[in-house]
Amino acid sequence: MKEFIEYISYSYKLIIDLLADHLRLTAMSVGLALLIGIPLGILISYVKKLKKPVLGVTNVIQAIPSMALLGFAIPFLGIGTVPAVTIVVLYSLLPIVKNTVTGITNINAETLESAKGIGLTRFQVLTKVQIPLALPVIMAGVRIAAVTSVGLMTIAAYIGADGLGYLVFSGIRTLNNNQILAGAIPACLLALFVDFIGNTAEKLVTPISLQTNSKQDKKQIENKRKNSLIFLGISIIFIVAIFVLSAFL
Amino acid sequence: MLEFRNIVKKFKETLVINDISFSVKKGELVVLIGESGCGKTTTLKMINRLIDPTSGTILINGEDIAKKDVISLRRNMGYVIQQTGLFPHMSVKENIEIIPKVSKINAKKIKDKTLELMEMIGMNPDEFLERYPIELSGGQQQRIGVARAFAMDPEIILMDEPFSALDPITRASLQEELINIQTHMKKTIIFVTHDMSEAIKIADRICIMNNGKILQYDTPENIMKNPINDFVSRFVGKNRIWSSPELIKVKDIMIENPVTIPPKASLFQCMEKMREHKIDSLMVVELHTNKLLGIIKAKHIQPYKNRNIEVEKIMKKDFSHALPEESIVEVLKLINKTQESTLPIINEKRCLVGLITKSSLVTTLSQPFVEQKEVI
Repeated sequence: MKEFIEYISYSYKLIIDLLADHLRLTAMSVGLALLIGIPLGILISYVKKLKKPVLGVTNVIQAIPSMALLGFAIPFLGIGTVPAVTIVVLYSLLPIVKNTVTGITNINAETLESAKGIGLTRFQVLTKVQIPLALPVIMAGVRIAAVTSVGLMTIAAYIGADGLGYLVFSGIRTLNNNQILAGAIPACLLALFVDFIGNTAEKLVTPISLQTNSKQDKKQIENKRKNSLIFLGISIIFIVAIFVLSAFL
Repeated sequence: MLEFRNIVKKFKETLVINDISFSVKKGELVVLIGESGCGKTTTLKMINRLIDPTSGTILINGEDIAKKDVISLRRNMGYVIQQTGLFPHMSVKENIEIIPKVSKINAKKIKDKTLELMEMIGMNPDEFLERYPIELSGGQQQRIGVARAFAMDPEIILMDEPFSALDPITRASLQEELINIQTHMKKTIIFVTHDMSEAIKIADRICIMNNGKILQYDTPENIMKNPINDFVSRFVGKNRIWSSPELIKVKDIMIENPVTIPPKASLFQCMEKMREHKIDSLMVVELHTNKLLGIIKAKHIQPYKNRNIEVEKIMKKDFSHALPEESIVEVLKLINKTQESTLPIINEKRCLVGLITKSSLVTTLSQPFVEQKEVI
């Protein structure tokens, strides 16, 4: 234990640096996956013909073991950050695409018909009715994607990506348990943290009106939302702090 | 205002609407009614082009709607559907204002309109505007649905079974409010339902449909009195008219050829005529014009020993009377008040056209209970 603390205090700069890299790469991957996945999900919920092939492909990608997928990437993309991010994006696509489709297609048909019938354009139906109603489901997918990304990014260190995985792998190679733990513990905490942020965001995007099922009154829910917002704010400050720290240390 | 010309609709090979043509006048409330699958909802949805007809044209104010921009067509047409028509993630205010907002109407106008609409449907804006649909009762939700339909001041409002999921009491009060709103706003409303009593209550005209065809398109009164075929009369229900007695008119139940006597006839002649027809009163009318001058009753003649007096000298000149267009309810009230046993029916020129007696009323009113041979 003592040695571990010594190790941490000795190499905290490196740890924070790697943590920041890990966060950055994860955020980049999830961001890209969002940019690709949500429009793709919306597209295939309209163009029914594409639904099966797209979901099929994302399913297949998901089924390939992550290590094998990383291996596949090397001949094409080499080693380093690019293949790592690419693989993590591909891996994150399935939950995002699938949840987007489910969220959008599961909206009550009568609600949609009334939206159409009162004169909203297709685009307005999408932005004002479908997406807001599907957002909680989409967000659940994003949360799953984000948590898997943190884990996968750890493994991606194997093909040369920066991140906490670096400590784990070099610790394994040099039989340095402290180093392994110095990578593994922050990675776990980061995954839990991301999951928590995801959960909060999921609740925040759920319309108040759809949360009242638990018989809480509106005020209570509003208070909770306020707390969630504060929590999100703190998280953002925390993340920024990590980046700032890594830049200055 | 609104006209269907030879509309045919096929879903794949199934014929859903089989060549219907009808028109709706401005300010009219027309109810489309029929069993499930008769094509009434399809007909409604063709008006705002949620469904396009296979052939035929629909005209609004003489313009073919197929040539209009579908979005502006829908925005200028209210649409109310059953239950889930409101957006669950939007507050009452947002729900009402959604179309005005996307149409870029100025904020002040929208706000005023919303308050006006809330007043129209009798809901307190301070209390309800910020609520979500889930926090409202079914009846309140449907009121908001109606308010939203009026938000753009449309000329035509389409309603697809808007009240069918509500309990009978709420439904009745909403129907009444709709009638109220309709009399004030004078919108053209097309209303789909499968509930005949609802149709009779609110409709100016009822369009009964079956298998994609219009069977009968007429006022509730005429449909009840003269159902065009067995299907309609079964659908309307034989004794339906008794549940809305205000629709039974005097002319439907009066005796059409009452026994009359000219004013110059003698009392003796009167007695003879009464005996002959086994009645106790006669209508005294001017010869040729049939103008009603008075009533003579057997008990009035009794005291006179001289039976040669002309009847006009002793006939009763102030008598209560009714018009053929009055309803049976008013006649019953009048008879209750005056306790007269006979009530002459006269037209505007005071000419005698018929007669209602207490006994003829009893016969009429006992119809739904005693026998069903004759349906008026």
